[in-house]
Amino acid sequence: MKILVCISKAPDTTSKIAFNEGNSKFDETGVQFIVNPYDEWYALVRALELKETIGGTVTIVSVGGADYEPIIRKALAIGADDAVRIDAAESDSLYVAKQIAAYAKGKGFDIIFCGKETINYNGSVVPGMIAELLDMPYIALAHKLDIAGNTATVEREIPGGEEIVELNTPFVVSAAKGMAEQRIPNMRGIMAARTKPLTVETAIAAEASTTIKTYSLPPAKSGCKYIDAENAGDLIRLLHEEAKAL
Amino acid sequence: MSVLIFADNHNGKFPKSSFEAVSYGAELANTLGTDAVVITCGNIQGDGGLGNAGAAKVLHVASANTSDSQQMTRLIVAAAQKLGANVVIFSHDISGKLIAPRVAARMDAALVPGATSIPGNDFVVKKNVFSGKAIAEVAMNTSNKVISVLPNSVGIKNTGAVASVEAFTADPGAPGLKIKEVKAENKDGEIPLPEAELVVSGGRGMKGPEHWGPIEELAKILGAATACSRPVSDIGWRPHHEHVGQTGITIRPNLYIAVGISGAIQHLAGVNGSKTIVVVNKDPEAPFFKAADYGIIGDAFEVMPKLIEAAKKFKASN
Ligand SMILES: Cc1cc2nc3c(=O)[nH]c(=O)nc-3n(C[C@H](O)[C@H](O)[C@H](O)COP(=O)(O)OP(=O)(O)OC[C@H]3O[C@@H](n4cnc5c(N)ncnc54)[C@H](O)[C@@H]3O)c2cc1C
Ligand SMILES: Nc1ncnc2c1ncn2[C@@H]1O[C@H](COP(=O)(O)O)[C@@H](O)[C@H]1O
Repeated sequence: MKILVCISKAPDTTSKIAFNEGNSKFDETGVQFIVNPYDEWYALVRALELKETIGGTVTIVSVGGADYEPIIRKALAIGADDAVRIDAAESDSLYVAKQIAAYAKGKGFDIIFCGKETINYNGSVVPGMIAELLDMPYIALAHKLDIAGNTATVEREIPGGEEIVELNTPFVVSAAKGMAEQRIPNMRGIMAARTKPLTVETAIAAEASTTIKTYSLPPAKSGCKYIDAENAGDLIRLLHEEAKAL
Repeated sequence: MSVLIFADNHNGKFPKSSFEAVSYGAELANTLGTDAVVITCGNIQGDGGLGNAGAAKVLHVASANTSDSQQMTRLIVAAAQKLGANVVIFSHDISGKLIAPRVAARMDAALVPGATSIPGNDFVVKKNVFSGKAIAEVAMNTSNKVISVLPNSVGIKNTGAVASVEAFTADPGAPGLKIKEVKAENKDGEIPLPEAELVVSGGRGMKGPEHWGPIEELAKILGAATACSRPVSDIGWRPHHEHVGQTGITIRPNLYIAVGISGAIQHLAGVNGSKTIVVVNKDPEAPFFKAADYGIIGDAFEVMPKLIEAAKKFKASN
């Protein structure tokens, strides 16, 4: 099984969110970057589990600048075999999808794994776009995936329940919670990652389809109104009369 | 040129998120000086109420596998081509997340996922980023455009009109997958969390699964769904689909009541779009109070019975 895992870089979940350059850029000062949790915990780990049971290779692909390399090394330390960085600023979802699709085309990947969404852009769109550009089936927000021969059984959430679908490779899947459990890289993995192949490819020509003009912060809460625990029942009245929430 | 809207239904019933997408598309069509056309599939009654939400016309596909994103994409893009529509609207719900990105790629269109505002002629659209910690204004640079609308962020029109319904067929191409089984997760009368207007949620402060009675009871009285923090679902006190937050699901109900949850930043990321937040916690320093509208400092096991009591009285008299 030849598996490709799309890895993106995201600010640590506790980062302070601030902007600069006239509120048009994310202020990276003092921000720690991590592997996007959905990509690391769910997509990558499930890909590795499949490799461990049925054999094959797990390749990482990222669209980003040189600042992506520590993130890619982390994914290699967790257990991926090799990695490709497509050297471009990740300006826009369609742009990123076009780069990954152009790289993957004709290379015979059986499964292309993505995360459910990036925690900074919250798009949930790159995997579906890759699937369309490669004319492959796509399962969004899957939480279980098993494979026998070239047939996969995948579970995904649907309104009010879940659905089990069956499909043949090749396909694209985005991984949500449940797909696998987080793995902490060990010392051996970290050492091995240093020498695993990480190739840099040049980007194909494409336009950014969207531009972020400005960022703003949501209006602050006006403050918390405390209700005495003894009279907790008052809350229901306030929710009805004041907040109009009931 | 028309604005095309995909409205998903479940056995003929349109969820609130579908009506929101239709009204969003209708409003945008108004701005652009054109009409709103809806495409939908399966067994629907009359116009399914889509006209009332703003649709001028409904294109009805008698049978389609809405789980097959390849086939749905071919159908929707064929409809857009037939209408000459260069704007396609989805809800940013489960079906929109599955299909909208493909439609955008096929039309070489910019996509704004999870839009929270209706653009003018300039097509600058707001969306939440950094898990609700910031808002971005995104300009769409292509002639074809796809927008998916974040549930619970725009109102639903009530025009009183009925839309004409027209059969629509196109070649969906070969199927990409087979549905083997559908499992209903929500017991009868239980409200699916992503669509819920009211949510009662418990954290590790509830001490154990055997203490969830008060959470469930308050939810039942109010007609709310139940949710939980990540550790609670990780240790198996509650099912995984109740886990909200950065690594679970994101919800934006009108009311979120958090009991025994500390309010870690990763938890807040999934709930900070809620209109009103209530926090019950015995620790006055719990970070969740900073994000709350109403707070009760106290022991959940003493506070919950009082809330249940008051909620019962409220329901009896309203
Ligand atoms: C990358 C990453 C992603 C994460 N994603 C998520 C996510 O998606 N969702 C999520 O929820 N968490 C997530 N977490 C975990 C998060 O950081 C917190 O650890 C978690 O939210 C804490 O859950 P809790 O509030 O239930 O438990 P605790 O932090 O243990 O808080 C329990 C609270 O209950 C209160 N309490 C105790 N007893 C009582 C009582 N008798 N009455 C009233 N109050 C009481 C305590 O004062 C305390 O505030 C993530 C963490 C990381 C690192
Ligand atoms: N720059 C990138 N490089 C590689 N994969 C990416 C990149 N951006 C997004 N992805 C993948 O696409 C998924 C969804 O991203 P998004 O559509 O931005 O929410 C992520 O979880 C990644 O798996």
